[in-house]
Amino acid sequence: MALVWRDLRARYRGSVLGFLWTFLNPLLMMAIYSLVFSVYMRVQLPAYPAFVFAGLLPWTSFSSSLLRGANAIVESGDLLKKVYFPPQILPAVAVASALVNFVLSLPLLLAFLLLSGAGVDWTLLALPVPLAIQAVLSLALALGAAILSARYRDVYHLLASVLTLWFFLTPVLYPADAVPPGLRALLVLNPMAPLTLAFQDVFYYHRWVDVGTLGPLALVSVALLAAALWAVERWRWVVVEEI
Amino acid sequence: MPAAVRLQGVSKSFRFRAQRATTLKSAVLDAVGRRRPGGAERFVALRDVTLEVGAGRSLGVIGRNGSGKSTLLRLIAGIYRPDAGRVRVDGRVAALIELGAGFHPEFSGRENVLLNALVLGLSRRDVARKLDEIVAFSGLAAFIDQPTRTYSTGMYMRLGFSVAVHVDPEVLLVDEVLAVGDAEFQKRCHDRLAELRRRGTTLVIVTHDPAAVERWCDEAVWLDGGAVRAAGSPRTVLDHYQDAVVREESAALAAMHERPGEGARRWGRGDVRIEGVTLRGAGAGARYVFESGEPLTATLRYRVERPAPAPVFGFAVMRADGFCVYGGNTELAGVALPALGRTGEVSVTFDRLDLVGGSYFLDVAVNSREGVVYDYHGRHYPFAVRSRPGELGVARLPHRWGVRPD
Repeated sequence: MALVWRDLRARYRGSVLGFLWTFLNPLLMMAIYSLVFSVYMRVQLPAYPAFVFAGLLPWTSFSSSLLRGANAIVESGDLLKKVYFPPQILPAVAVASALVNFVLSLPLLLAFLLLSGAGVDWTLLALPVPLAIQAVLSLALALGAAILSARYRDVYHLLASVLTLWFFLTPVLYPADAVPPGLRALLVLNPMAPLTLAFQDVFYYHRWVDVGTLGPLALVSVALLAAALWAVERWRWVVVEEI
Repeated sequence: MPAAVRLQGVSKSFRFRAQRATTLKSAVLDAVGRRRPGGAERFVALRDVTLEVGAGRSLGVIGRNGSGKSTLLRLIAGIYRPDAGRVRVDGRVAALIELGAGFHPEFSGRENVLLNALVLGLSRRDVARKLDEIVAFSGLAAFIDQPTRTYSTGMYMRLGFSVAVHVDPEVLLVDEVLAVGDAEFQKRCHDRLAELRRRGTTLVIVTHDPAAVERWCDEAVWLDGGAVRAAGSPRTVLDHYQDAVVREESAALAAMHERPGEGARRWGRGDVRIEGVTLRGAGAGARYVFESGEPLTATLRYRVERPAPAPVFGFAVMRADGFCVYGGNTELAGVALPALGRTGEVSVTFDRLDLVGGSYFLDVAVNSREGVVYDYHGRHYPFAVRSRPGELGVARLPHRWGVRPD
């Protein structure tokens, strides 16, 4: 844990500008999506930019966890080949720093909610629930991707494409009830769908999160994490030889 | 005496990378197309290695490149796991494998030092206390807050070495890094290593430099093709090792005598032809590797194709880079040649071959007295000379020292 914090500090060292830079991307995306969907295509949602922002920030955190995590082991080959170093830590650091990034951007999001008229409510107190589940889920997937990309070098690029598709299948830009009943399975099978909904509940709808869907998701995430940790332990020796 | 490092029947092999799909895409294509990449061939890096290093002792592992030395260190450091056998290490291990310790390129030198020291099991307080000492030792204070990816190889190695020798390891593994940095830094490294040894640190040094083994080690092991060829006192192991190196070098040189390599040149009118040259030492057999100061006799066979009046035989000792060390001929030496007949031998003997260690060629020629070249063999006959390391130049000029303090 000490190492994680050390690494985090290393990434954020002396870079107020770099920190602001990380907001620029989601802000611009939010602006463009808002323009396209609420102005051009006339999505009928009040305070649509706030809706997009509420889903976009957690998604950005999720996708950068996975991408950075997938690269984490490969890019630290030098470290792993020369000292005894637990490889799990590297993807964990990537995930942790993406989450910290998300948490640090919350004030900006809240300010935006207030300004855009979406407002904030006591339901915000439920935020740690989806946050914790997303942390566990991202870590599990990042570990798996990191191990896999040590073996297959194109995993990172594949993952980038998959994440793009995944993004559009996740109700970030459109409300979940816009999905026709026949295709609801797409939401049920997508672990990011209930998470995104939960974040929208917290930030936008001002509802308490739906424990009925988050509960099973939490269990699945924990199981995935256990499997991923087992896999890292199982393959770590092979990984060191492959990188 | 308790063993600090103990390996029992350790084997380790690696898959050849080229034979495996390295992308998911090709793996899928292989699976779909039933294109089975040829068998699971493996490269055996170590086979059945058993060795022991007593606590506080130092072991030198010698062997050529690819003999499994670095794999051995990685196994001891716990980076690799053996396929068979057991590796046991008592105490905190610090390893310097290849260039420097493991650094994360994006972190600054300072952060890497902290990371490394924490990984090696030092407490935060210890690290904080040691940090300045480490930075001072490395002499990199000006760069310590730059990311290590901006470091030169030398800087990288210096910092790695500084960390490894300051975390007070109980077992220190060193891989070919005794030659780090400038002379001044090397001296500090050597002093520090000597100090660690005095304090009872167990050392395992991997190198292909016999002098390093002699200097630092109580015991030595010679690894060849992943197996232990000899183990014991440094002197005996090094003798075995160097004998083998000489034998191999001889074999390679002998092959070159048979089939001249790149750069070999032969020209001349062909009135008299040189058919071959044999090098010998004091004994009767052909030799290609000589100790400095030994005798060397070169015998060349000739065949007279056309009657050539008063031919002159000559030689030149050339260093491998083309520098002519010395040349002479029968005319200069005032040798009156008898009638040559159809075929025969001419030999030239150096009573003492006082050359500095290195690779040389013996060029041979036969000319007319007026300088018409009948046959010239350039860079056809290589030989090697071994001498004490550290000597400079080409020739060992006989000399004596006299010192008389007032």
